[in-house]
Amino acid sequence: MIGILKAMYVTFAMTLRKPVTIEYPTKHREVPQRDRAFPILLWDKDVDEPFCTGCHACERACPVECMTVTMKDNPLHADDKSKRRKIIDEFWIDYGRCMRCNICVEVCNFEAIAMNNTWAGHELSKFDRNDLVLDLDQLLSQHKQEKIDTWVAE
Amino acid sequence: MVQQQELETVDININMGPQHPSTHGVFRMVLTVDGEKVIDVEPHIGYMHRGGEKLSENMDYRQGIGYQDRTDYLTQFLNEQAYCMAVEKLTKLEVPERAEYLRVILCELNRITSHLMFIGAFGIDLGLFGTSFMYAFREREYIQDIFEEVSGERMMYGYFRPGGVVWDVPENFVQRVREVLPQTKQGLKDLDMLLTNNEIFVARSKGVGAISAEDAIDWGLTGPMLRASGVPWDLRKDQPYSVYDRFDFDIPIGQYGDVYDRYLVRLEETHQSIRIVEQALEQLPEGPILPEKLPRKLRAPEGEVYAAVENARGEYGIYIVSKGGDKPYRLKIRSPSFSNLSALRTMTIGNYIADAVAILGSVDIVLCDVDR
Repeated sequence: MIGILKAMYVTFAMTLRKPVTIEYPTKHREVPQRDRAFPILLWDKDVDEPFCTGCHACERACPVECMTVTMKDNPLHADDKSKRRKIIDEFWIDYGRCMRCNICVEVCNFEAIAMNNTWAGHELSKFDRNDLVLDLDQLLSQHKQEKIDTWVAE
Repeated sequence: MVQQQELETVDININMGPQHPSTHGVFRMVLTVDGEKVIDVEPHIGYMHRGGEKLSENMDYRQGIGYQDRTDYLTQFLNEQAYCMAVEKLTKLEVPERAEYLRVILCELNRITSHLMFIGAFGIDLGLFGTSFMYAFREREYIQDIFEEVSGERMMYGYFRPGGVVWDVPENFVQRVREVLPQTKQGLKDLDMLLTNNEIFVARSKGVGAISAEDAIDWGLTGPMLRASGVPWDLRKDQPYSVYDRFDFDIPIGQYGDVYDRYLVRLEETHQSIRIVEQALEQLPEGPILPEKLPRKLRAPEGEVYAAVENARGEYGIYIVSKGGDKPYRLKIRSPSFSNLSALRTMTIGNYIADAVAILGSVDIVLCDVDR
Protein backbone atom coordinates (compact mmCIF):
# COMPACT_ATOMS: atom_id res chain seq x y z
CA MET A 1 0.00 0.00 0.00
CA ILE A 2 2.83 2.38 0.87
CA GLY A 3 4.39 1.79 -2.54
CA ILE A 4 1.18 2.69 -4.32
CA LEU A 5 0.78 5.83 -2.23
CA LYS A 6 4.34 6.82 -3.06
CA ALA A 7 3.62 6.30 -6.75
CA MET A 8 0.46 8.39 -6.42
CA TYR A 9 2.53 11.12 -4.79
CA VAL A 10 4.89 11.15 -7.79
CA THR A 11 2.05 11.39 -10.29
CA PHE A 12 0.33 14.17 -8.35
CA ALA A 13 3.60 16.08 -8.01
CA MET A 14 3.99 15.82 -11.79
CA THR A 15 0.68 17.54 -12.43
CA LEU A 16 2.11 20.70 -10.87
CA ARG A 17 5.12 20.74 -13.17
CA LYS A 18 5.25 22.92 -16.25
CA PRO A 19 4.83 20.92 -19.45
CA VAL A 20 8.03 20.40 -21.40
CA THR A 21 6.34 19.77 -24.73
CA ILE A 22 6.01 22.31 -27.53
CA GLU A 23 2.98 22.61 -29.80
CA TYR A 24 5.04 21.60 -32.79
CA PRO A 25 3.49 22.72 -36.06
CA THR A 26 2.74 26.18 -34.72
CA LYS A 27 5.89 26.58 -32.63
CA HIS A 28 9.37 25.44 -33.56
CA ARG A 29 12.04 24.40 -31.15
CA GLU A 30 15.40 26.01 -31.70
CA VAL A 31 17.79 23.68 -33.48
CA PRO A 32 21.43 23.60 -32.38
CA GLN A 33 24.06 25.06 -34.67
CA ARG A 34 25.46 21.64 -35.51
CA ASP A 35 22.07 20.31 -36.49
CA ARG A 36 22.30 17.97 -39.45
CA ALA A 37 19.35 17.95 -41.77
CA PHE A 38 20.09 17.22 -45.43
CA PRO A 39 23.11 18.46 -47.39
CA ILE A 40 22.79 21.69 -49.38
CA LEU A 41 25.22 23.42 -51.72
CA LEU A 42 26.69 26.80 -50.87
CA TRP A 43 26.80 29.89 -53.06
CA ASP A 44 29.92 32.04 -53.40
CA LYS A 45 28.42 35.51 -53.16
CA ASP A 46 31.66 37.29 -54.08
CA VAL A 47 31.96 35.73 -57.50
CA ASP A 48 28.29 34.87 -57.91
CA GLU A 49 28.75 31.20 -58.62
CA PRO A 50 28.61 28.02 -56.58
CA PHE A 51 31.64 26.94 -54.56
CA CYS A 52 31.33 23.46 -55.97
CA THR A 53 33.70 22.49 -58.75
CA GLY A 54 32.13 19.10 -59.37
CA CYS A 55 35.19 17.14 -58.24
CA HIS A 56 33.17 14.00 -57.38
CA ALA A 57 34.77 13.66 -53.94
CA CYS A 58 31.42 13.61 -52.15
CA GLU A 59 29.88 11.36 -54.75
CA ARG A 60 32.59 8.77 -54.22
CA ALA A 61 32.51 9.00 -50.42
CA CYS A 62 28.74 8.72 -50.11
CA PRO A 63 27.86 5.37 -48.49
CA VAL A 64 24.39 5.22 -50.02
CA GLU A 65 25.24 6.68 -53.44
CA CYS A 66 22.57 9.33 -53.33
CA MET A 67 24.51 11.92 -55.33
CA THR A 68 25.09 12.46 -59.02
CA VAL A 69 27.62 15.08 -60.10
CA THR A 70 28.86 16.34 -63.45
CA MET A 71 31.34 19.14 -64.11
CA LYS A 72 31.99 21.58 -66.94
CA ASP A 73 34.51 24.30 -67.90
CA ASN A 74 33.83 27.49 -66.02
CA PRO A 75 32.70 30.27 -68.41
CA LEU A 76 33.59 32.90 -65.79
CA HIS A 77 37.16 31.60 -65.66
CA ALA A 78 37.55 32.32 -69.37
CA ASP A 79 36.47 35.92 -68.70
CA ASP A 80 38.98 36.08 -65.81
CA LYS A 81 36.26 36.70 -63.25
CA SER A 82 36.72 33.48 -61.33
CA LYS A 83 39.64 31.37 -60.16
CA ARG A 84 37.74 28.14 -60.66
CA ARG A 85 38.70 26.40 -63.91
CA LYS A 86 35.95 23.82 -63.57
CA ILE A 87 32.49 24.35 -62.19
CA ILE A 88 29.52 22.22 -61.31
CA ASP A 89 27.25 21.49 -64.22
CA GLU A 90 24.54 19.24 -62.81
CA PHE A 91 24.06 18.04 -59.27
CA TRP A 92 21.34 15.78 -57.94
CA ILE A 93 20.88 14.58 -54.38
CA ASP A 94 18.20 12.04 -53.61
CA TYR A 95 17.01 13.09 -50.16
CA GLY A 96 14.98 9.91 -49.96
CA ARG A 97 18.22 7.95 -49.93
CA CYS A 98 20.50 10.25 -47.98
CA MET A 99 21.31 8.93 -44.50
CA ARG A 100 22.68 12.23 -43.21
CA CYS A 101 26.06 10.83 -42.22
CA ASN A 102 27.93 14.09 -42.87
CA ILE A 103 30.71 12.32 -44.82
CA CYS A 104 30.16 14.47 -47.93
CA VAL A 105 30.81 17.59 -45.86
CA GLU A 106 33.93 16.05 -44.36
CA VAL A 107 35.53 15.12 -47.67
CA CYS A 108 34.72 18.36 -49.52
CA ASN A 109 37.92 20.26 -50.28
CA PHE A 110 36.17 23.51 -51.21
CA GLU A 111 33.66 23.79 -48.36
CA ALA A 112 31.02 23.80 -51.02
CA ILE A 113 28.56 21.51 -49.29
CA ALA A 114 27.11 21.74 -45.79
CA MET A 115 24.42 20.13 -43.76
CA ASN A 116 21.33 22.30 -43.58
CA ASN A 117 20.92 23.44 -39.98
CA THR A 118 17.57 25.19 -40.32
CA TRP A 119 14.04 23.96 -39.95
CA ALA A 120 13.57 24.18 -43.72
CA GLY A 121 15.84 21.16 -43.98
CA HIS A 122 13.59 19.06 -41.80
CA GLU A 123 10.16 19.84 -43.17
CA LEU A 124 10.41 18.27 -46.56
CA SER A 125 7.24 16.22 -46.91
CA LYS A 126 6.24 15.76 -50.51
CA PHE A 127 3.40 14.00 -52.27
CA ASP A 128 5.64 12.32 -54.81
CA ARG A 129 8.80 10.46 -53.95
CA ASN A 130 10.52 11.80 -57.05
CA ASP A 131 10.18 15.33 -55.71
CA LEU A 132 12.79 14.41 -53.12
CA VAL A 133 15.45 14.25 -55.83
CA LEU A 134 16.76 17.82 -55.76
CA ASP A 135 18.61 19.38 -58.67
CA LEU A 136 21.33 22.04 -58.62
CA ASP A 137 19.01 25.06 -58.47
CA GLN A 138 17.01 23.65 -55.60
CA LEU A 139 20.14 22.69 -53.68
CA LEU A 140 21.64 26.16 -54.09
CA SER A 141 18.52 28.25 -53.63
CA GLN A 142 18.44 28.33 -49.84
CA HIS A 143 21.97 29.59 -49.35
CA LYS A 144 21.62 31.92 -52.35
CA GLN A 145 18.56 33.69 -50.99
CA GLU A 146 19.01 33.84 -47.26
CA LYS A 147 21.89 33.97 -44.87
CA ILE A 148 22.42 30.58 -43.26
CA ASP A 149 24.92 30.16 -40.50
CA THR A 150 26.16 26.78 -41.68
CA TRP A 151 28.53 24.84 -39.49
CA VAL A 152 31.44 22.91 -40.94
CA ALA A 153 33.98 21.37 -38.59
CA GLU A 154 37.62 22.26 -39.16
CA MET B 1 -30.81 -38.78 -18.28
CA VAL B 2 -27.87 -36.73 -19.39
CA GLN B 3 -25.11 -38.80 -20.77
CA GLN B 4 -21.81 -37.73 -19.37
CA GLN B 5 -19.40 -36.98 -22.17
CA GLU B 6 -15.73 -37.06 -21.74
CA LEU B 7 -14.32 -33.58 -22.31
CA GLU B 8 -10.97 -33.29 -23.92
CA THR B 9 -8.64 -30.33 -23.79
CA VAL B 10 -6.79 -29.13 -26.86
CA ASP B 11 -3.68 -26.99 -26.95
CA ILE B 12 -4.11 -24.01 -29.21
CA ASN B 13 -1.60 -21.84 -31.01
CA ILE B 14 -1.65 -18.09 -30.64
CA ASN B 15 0.26 -15.74 -32.86
CA MET B 16 1.76 -12.89 -30.93
CA GLY B 17 3.17 -10.36 -33.33
CA PRO B 18 4.65 -9.29 -35.66
CA GLN B 19 2.26 -6.37 -35.26
CA HIS B 20 1.70 -6.60 -31.55
CA PRO B 21 2.04 -3.51 -29.39
CA SER B 22 4.21 -5.20 -26.79
CA THR B 23 6.70 -7.06 -28.96
CA HIS B 24 9.08 -4.07 -29.19
CA GLY B 25 9.28 -4.13 -32.94
CA VAL B 26 8.43 -6.74 -35.51
CA PHE B 27 8.88 -9.92 -33.57
CA ARG B 28 6.56 -12.90 -33.79
CA MET B 29 6.04 -15.50 -31.10
CA VAL B 30 3.92 -18.53 -31.79
CA LEU B 31 2.64 -19.47 -28.35
CA THR B 32 1.20 -22.92 -27.70
CA VAL B 33 -1.15 -22.45 -24.80
CA ASP B 34 -2.98 -24.78 -22.51
CA GLY B 35 -5.66 -22.54 -21.10
CA GLU B 36 -3.76 -19.52 -19.84
CA LYS B 37 -0.44 -21.32 -19.49
CA VAL B 38 2.22 -21.16 -22.13
CA ILE B 39 3.58 -24.61 -22.87
CA ASP B 40 5.71 -23.82 -25.89
CA VAL B 41 7.11 -20.79 -27.66
CA GLU B 42 8.44 -20.56 -31.15
CA PRO B 43 10.08 -17.24 -31.91
CA HIS B 44 10.21 -15.98 -35.50
CA ILE B 45 12.73 -13.32 -36.34
CA GLY B 46 13.97 -11.76 -39.55
CA TYR B 47 11.31 -9.16 -40.29
CA MET B 48 13.84 -6.37 -39.87
CA HIS B 49 16.72 -7.96 -41.74
CA ARG B 50 18.54 -5.39 -43.85
CA GLY B 51 21.84 -7.13 -44.45
CA GLY B 52 23.94 -4.68 -42.47
CA GLU B 53 26.84 -7.10 -42.26
CA LYS B 54 26.90 -7.71 -46.00
CA LEU B 55 26.51 -4.00 -46.78
CA SER B 56 29.49 -3.24 -44.55
CA GLU B 57 31.68 -5.33 -46.83
CA ASN B 58 31.18 -2.74 -49.53
CA MET B 59 31.84 0.22 -47.24
CA ASP B 60 35.20 1.62 -46.31
CA TYR B 61 36.05 2.03 -42.66
CA ARG B 62 34.50 5.46 -42.38
CA GLN B 63 31.31 4.68 -44.26
CA GLY B 64 30.70 1.60 -42.15
CA ILE B 65 30.11 3.67 -39.02
CA GLY B 66 26.71 4.77 -40.25
CA TYR B 67 25.57 1.17 -40.35
CA GLN B 68 26.58 0.58 -36.74
CA ASP B 69 24.18 3.29 -35.62
CA ARG B 70 21.41 1.43 -37.32
CA THR B 71 21.82 -1.94 -35.62
CA ASP B 72 21.06 -1.14 -32.00
CA TYR B 73 19.34 2.19 -32.40
CA LEU B 74 19.19 2.89 -28.66
CA THR B 75 22.92 2.59 -27.95
CA GLN B 76 24.44 4.09 -31.07
CA PHE B 77 27.55 5.53 -29.44
CA LEU B 78 28.42 2.17 -27.90
CA ASN B 79 28.11 0.40 -31.23
CA GLU B 80 30.28 2.98 -32.92
CA GLN B 81 32.77 2.50 -30.10
CA ALA B 82 32.92 -1.25 -30.78
CA TYR B 83 33.37 -0.74 -34.51
CA CYS B 84 36.03 1.94 -34.07
CA MET B 85 37.86 -0.20 -31.52
CA ALA B 86 37.96 -3.10 -33.96
CA VAL B 87 39.29 -0.90 -36.76
CA GLU B 88 41.83 0.68 -34.41
CA LYS B 89 43.04 -2.75 -33.36
CA LEU B 90 43.36 -3.74 -37.01
CA THR B 91 45.19 -0.62 -38.16
CA LYS B 92 47.05 -0.09 -34.85
CA LEU B 93 45.79 3.47 -34.42
CA GLU B 94 46.41 5.22 -31.11
CA VAL B 95 43.44 7.12 -29.74
CA PRO B 96 44.25 10.42 -27.99
CA GLU B 97 43.34 10.74 -24.32
CA ARG B 98 40.70 13.40 -24.84
CA ALA B 99 38.91 11.35 -27.45
CA GLU B 100 38.84 8.35 -25.11
CA TYR B 101 37.30 10.41 -22.34
CA LEU B 102 34.75 11.97 -24.65
CA ARG B 103 33.83 8.50 -25.85
CA VAL B 104 33.39 7.24 -22.32
CA ILE B 105 31.21 10.20 -21.33
CA LEU B 106 28.99 9.87 -24.37
CA CYS B 107 28.78 6.08 -24.08
CA GLU B 108 27.73 6.21 -20.46
CA LEU B 109 25.15 8.90 -21.15
CA ASN B 110 23.93 6.69 -23.96
CA ARG B 111 23.62 3.79 -21.56
CA ILE B 112 21.44 5.96 -19.34
CA THR B 113 19.14 6.91 -22.22
CA SER B 114 18.85 3.27 -23.23
CA HIS B 115 17.99 2.13 -19.72
CA LEU B 116 15.51 4.97 -19.35
CA MET B 117 13.86 3.71 -22.50
CA PHE B 118 13.74 0.22 -20.97
CA ILE B 119 12.26 1.41 -17.67
CA GLY B 120 9.63 3.40 -19.51
CA ALA B 121 8.68 0.63 -21.92
CA PHE B 122 8.76 -1.99 -19.18
CA GLY B 123 6.06 -0.09 -17.33
CA ILE B 124 3.88 -0.37 -20.41
CA ASP B 125 4.54 -4.10 -20.64
CA LEU B 126 3.32 -4.53 -17.09
CA GLY B 127 0.16 -2.55 -17.76
CA LEU B 128 1.19 0.83 -16.47
CA PHE B 129 -0.30 2.63 -19.39
CA GLY B 130 2.02 5.36 -20.58
CA THR B 131 2.91 6.95 -17.24
CA SER B 132 6.41 5.60 -16.78
CA PHE B 133 7.01 5.87 -20.52
CA MET B 134 6.28 9.59 -20.57
CA TYR B 135 8.33 10.30 -17.45
CA ALA B 136 11.28 8.31 -18.77
CA PHE B 137 11.10 9.98 -22.15
CA ARG B 138 11.11 13.43 -20.64
CA GLU B 139 14.33 12.64 -18.76
CA ARG B 140 15.79 10.96 -21.81
CA GLU B 141 15.16 14.07 -23.86
CA TYR B 142 17.50 16.22 -21.75
CA ILE B 143 20.39 13.88 -22.53
CA GLN B 144 19.28 13.56 -26.13
CA ASP B 145 19.62 17.34 -26.43
CA ILE B 146 23.27 17.08 -25.42
CA PHE B 147 23.84 14.44 -28.08
CA GLU B 148 22.22 16.70 -30.61
CA GLU B 149 24.38 19.65 -29.65
CA VAL B 150 27.50 17.50 -29.87
CA SER B 151 26.89 15.50 -33.02
CA GLY B 152 24.07 17.33 -34.77
CA GLU B 153 21.81 14.31 -34.98
CA ARG B 154 19.12 13.04 -32.69
CA MET B 155 19.43 9.38 -33.48
CA MET B 156 22.11 8.30 -35.96
CA TYR B 157 25.03 10.22 -34.54
CA GLY B 158 27.94 8.99 -36.67
CA TYR B 159 30.25 10.85 -34.31
CA PHE B 160 33.06 8.40 -33.57
CA ARG B 161 35.81 7.76 -36.08
CA PRO B 162 38.59 5.18 -36.11
CA GLY B 163 41.23 7.05 -34.11
CA GLY B 164 39.01 9.35 -32.12
CA VAL B 165 35.92 11.46 -32.66
CA VAL B 166 35.11 13.45 -35.77
CA TRP B 167 35.09 16.94 -34.23
CA ASP B 168 35.49 18.45 -30.81
CA VAL B 169 32.55 18.94 -28.48
CA PRO B 170 31.07 22.43 -28.08
CA GLU B 171 32.73 24.72 -25.56
CA ASN B 172 29.95 24.50 -23.02
CA PHE B 173 29.79 20.69 -23.16
CA VAL B 174 31.12 19.99 -19.66
CA GLN B 175 28.85 22.62 -18.15
CA ARG B 176 25.85 21.28 -20.05
CA VAL B 177 26.43 17.71 -18.87
CA ARG B 178 26.84 18.93 -15.29
CA GLU B 179 23.54 20.78 -15.65
CA VAL B 180 21.71 17.74 -16.93
CA LEU B 181 23.03 15.12 -14.50
CA PRO B 182 21.10 16.40 -11.44
CA GLN B 183 17.96 16.48 -13.56
CA THR B 184 18.56 12.90 -14.60
CA LYS B 185 19.13 11.88 -11.00
CA GLN B 186 15.86 13.50 -9.99
CA GLY B 187 14.09 11.81 -12.88
CA LEU B 188 15.48 8.42 -11.89
CA LYS B 189 14.37 9.04 -8.34
CA ASP B 190 10.85 9.77 -9.57
CA LEU B 191 10.81 6.58 -11.61
CA ASP B 192 12.21 4.67 -8.66
CA MET B 193 9.43 5.96 -6.42
CA LEU B 194 6.83 5.29 -9.07
CA LEU B 195 7.80 1.69 -9.75
CA THR B 196 10.27 -0.07 -7.46
CA ASN B 197 8.11 -0.55 -4.38
CA ASN B 198 4.78 -0.25 -6.12
CA GLU B 199 2.86 -3.31 -4.98
CA ILE B 200 1.14 -3.85 -8.31
CA PHE B 201 4.43 -3.60 -10.16
CA VAL B 202 6.13 -6.00 -7.77
CA ALA B 203 3.25 -8.48 -7.94
CA ARG B 204 3.48 -8.55 -11.72
CA SER B 205 7.25 -8.90 -11.92
CA LYS B 206 8.65 -10.71 -8.90
CA GLY B 207 9.39 -14.38 -9.43
CA VAL B 208 8.40 -14.25 -13.11
CA GLY B 209 10.65 -15.67 -15.80
CA ALA B 210 13.51 -16.57 -13.52
CA ILE B 211 16.64 -18.03 -15.06
CA SER B 212 19.45 -19.59 -13.06
CA ALA B 213 23.05 -18.51 -13.34
CA GLU B 214 24.02 -21.82 -15.00
CA ASP B 215 21.28 -21.52 -17.59
CA ALA B 216 22.13 -17.90 -18.22
CA ILE B 217 25.75 -18.78 -18.94
CA ASP B 218 24.72 -21.75 -21.07
CA TRP B 219 22.50 -19.59 -23.24
CA GLY B 220 25.26 -17.04 -23.67
CA LEU B 221 23.41 -14.23 -21.99
CA THR B 222 25.37 -11.08 -21.31
CA GLY B 223 24.74 -7.69 -19.80
CA PRO B 224 21.99 -6.96 -17.29
CA MET B 225 20.29 -10.28 -18.12
CA LEU B 226 23.32 -12.23 -16.91
CA ARG B 227 24.03 -9.95 -13.98
CA ALA B 228 20.45 -10.23 -12.76
CA SER B 229 21.10 -13.95 -12.34
CA GLY B 230 23.98 -13.19 -10.01
CA VAL B 231 26.99 -13.44 -12.31
CA PRO B 232 29.13 -10.32 -11.93
CA TRP B 233 30.36 -10.22 -15.51
CA ASP B 234 30.91 -6.83 -17.07
CA LEU B 235 33.39 -6.21 -19.87
CA ARG B 236 34.12 -2.77 -18.47
CA LYS B 237 35.57 -4.43 -15.37
CA ASP B 238 36.64 -7.85 -16.59
CA GLN B 239 38.27 -6.91 -19.89
CA PRO B 240 38.82 -3.19 -19.41
CA TYR B 241 38.85 -1.34 -22.71
CA SER B 242 39.23 2.37 -23.44
CA VAL B 243 39.91 4.14 -20.11
CA TYR B 244 37.39 2.31 -17.95
CA ASP B 245 40.09 1.02 -15.60
CA ARG B 246 40.55 4.57 -14.31
CA PHE B 247 37.07 4.94 -12.91
CA ASP B 248 35.57 3.71 -9.71
CA PHE B 249 32.19 2.06 -10.20
CA ASP B 250 30.29 -0.99 -9.05
CA ILE B 251 28.69 -3.79 -10.98
CA PRO B 252 25.17 -4.33 -9.62
CA ILE B 253 24.03 -7.94 -9.58
CA GLY B 254 20.67 -9.54 -8.93
CA GLN B 255 19.79 -12.51 -6.81
CA TYR B 256 17.01 -14.54 -8.41
CA GLY B 257 17.36 -13.67 -12.09
CA ASP B 258 13.68 -12.86 -12.45
CA VAL B 259 12.04 -9.98 -14.28
CA TYR B 260 12.09 -7.76 -11.20
CA ASP B 261 15.81 -8.28 -10.68
CA ARG B 262 16.53 -7.30 -14.26
CA TYR B 263 14.66 -4.07 -13.71
CA LEU B 264 16.59 -3.38 -10.49
CA VAL B 265 19.94 -4.12 -12.10
CA ARG B 266 19.25 -1.72 -14.94
CA LEU B 267 18.01 0.98 -12.59
CA GLU B 268 21.16 0.69 -10.51
CA GLU B 269 23.35 0.69 -13.62
CA THR B 270 22.09 4.12 -14.55
CA HIS B 271 23.34 5.43 -11.20
CA GLN B 272 26.72 3.80 -11.80
CA SER B 273 26.86 5.39 -15.26
CA ILE B 274 26.22 8.79 -13.70
CA ARG B 275 29.14 8.10 -11.36
CA ILE B 276 31.41 7.28 -14.29
CA VAL B 277 30.35 10.40 -16.18
CA GLU B 278 31.03 12.59 -13.16
CA GLN B 279 34.51 11.15 -12.75
CA ALA B 280 35.25 11.41 -16.46
CA LEU B 281 34.20 15.07 -16.51
CA GLU B 282 36.61 15.75 -13.65
CA GLN B 283 39.49 14.09 -15.46
CA LEU B 284 38.67 15.27 -19.02
CA PRO B 285 42.01 16.41 -20.47
CA GLU B 286 42.63 18.97 -23.19
CA GLY B 287 44.34 17.97 -26.38
CA PRO B 288 43.76 16.62 -29.85
CA ILE B 289 40.77 14.46 -30.68
CA LEU B 290 42.26 12.58 -33.61
CA PRO B 291 45.76 11.11 -34.05
CA GLU B 292 48.19 13.42 -35.81
CA LYS B 293 49.09 11.14 -38.65
CA LEU B 294 45.70 10.00 -39.80
CA PRO B 295 45.70 8.91 -43.43
CA ARG B 296 43.06 10.40 -45.69
CA LYS B 297 41.85 6.96 -46.58
CA LEU B 298 42.25 4.32 -43.92
CA ARG B 299 43.83 1.10 -45.21
CA ALA B 300 44.06 -1.96 -43.04
CA PRO B 301 46.63 -4.75 -43.22
CA GLU B 302 45.59 -8.38 -43.54
CA GLY B 303 44.28 -9.89 -40.35
CA GLU B 304 41.36 -10.70 -38.11
CA VAL B 305 40.25 -8.81 -35.03
CA TYR B 306 37.48 -9.00 -32.50
CA ALA B 307 36.58 -6.07 -30.30
CA ALA B 308 33.71 -5.99 -27.85
CA VAL B 309 32.13 -3.38 -25.65
CA GLU B 310 29.65 -3.64 -22.84
CA ASN B 311 26.53 -2.39 -24.54
CA ALA B 312 23.43 -1.46 -22.53
CA ARG B 313 22.12 -4.92 -23.46
CA GLY B 314 25.29 -6.96 -23.17
CA GLU B 315 28.39 -7.75 -25.12
CA TYR B 316 28.34 -6.02 -28.49
CA GLY B 317 31.19 -7.40 -30.52
CA ILE B 318 32.58 -6.64 -33.95
CA TYR B 319 34.61 -9.23 -35.77
CA ILE B 320 36.46 -7.99 -38.83
CA VAL B 321 38.35 -10.05 -41.35
CA SER B 322 40.56 -7.94 -43.55
CA LYS B 323 42.41 -8.99 -46.68
CA GLY B 324 44.07 -5.61 -47.02
CA GLY B 325 42.61 -2.56 -48.66
CA ASP B 326 40.14 -0.04 -47.36
CA LYS B 327 37.17 -2.35 -46.88
CA PRO B 328 36.57 -5.28 -44.56
CA TYR B 329 36.43 -8.68 -46.24
CA ARG B 330 33.87 -9.86 -43.72
CA LEU B 331 32.22 -8.14 -40.82
CA LYS B 332 30.31 -10.02 -38.17
CA ILE B 333 28.29 -8.43 -35.42
CA ARG B 334 27.85 -10.28 -32.16
CA SER B 335 24.66 -8.63 -31.05
CA PRO B 336 23.57 -8.96 -27.42
CA SER B 337 19.86 -8.78 -28.25
CA PHE B 338 20.04 -11.90 -30.39
CA SER B 339 21.86 -13.96 -27.77
CA ASN B 340 19.63 -12.75 -24.97
CA LEU B 341 16.54 -13.54 -26.97
CA SER B 342 17.64 -17.17 -27.37
CA ALA B 343 16.79 -17.81 -23.71
CA LEU B 344 13.20 -16.69 -24.25
CA ARG B 345 11.84 -20.21 -24.53
CA THR B 346 13.43 -21.37 -21.29
CA MET B 347 12.09 -18.38 -19.43
CA THR B 348 8.59 -18.34 -20.85
CA ILE B 349 7.48 -21.96 -20.67
CA GLY B 350 5.18 -22.57 -17.71
CA ASN B 351 4.19 -18.94 -17.29
CA TYR B 352 0.93 -17.18 -18.13
CA ILE B 353 0.40 -15.40 -21.43
CA ALA B 354 0.37 -12.01 -19.72
CA ASP B 355 3.73 -12.81 -18.17
CA ALA B 356 5.15 -13.70 -21.58
CA VAL B 357 4.81 -10.00 -22.40
CA ALA B 358 6.64 -9.03 -19.21
CA ILE B 359 9.43 -11.53 -19.89
CA LEU B 360 9.91 -10.35 -23.45
CA GLY B 361 9.98 -6.78 -22.20
CA SER B 362 12.59 -7.61 -19.58
CA VAL B 363 14.95 -9.01 -22.22
CA ASP B 364 15.00 -5.46 -23.62
CA ILE B 365 15.54 -6.45 -27.22
CA VAL B 366 16.04 -4.12 -30.12
CA LEU B 367 14.79 -5.91 -33.19
CA CYS B 368 17.13 -4.06 -35.52
CA ASP B 369 19.96 -5.51 -33.47
CA VAL B 370 18.52 -9.04 -33.56
CA ASP B 371 18.07 -9.13 -37.31
CA ARG B 372 20.78 -6.65 -38.34
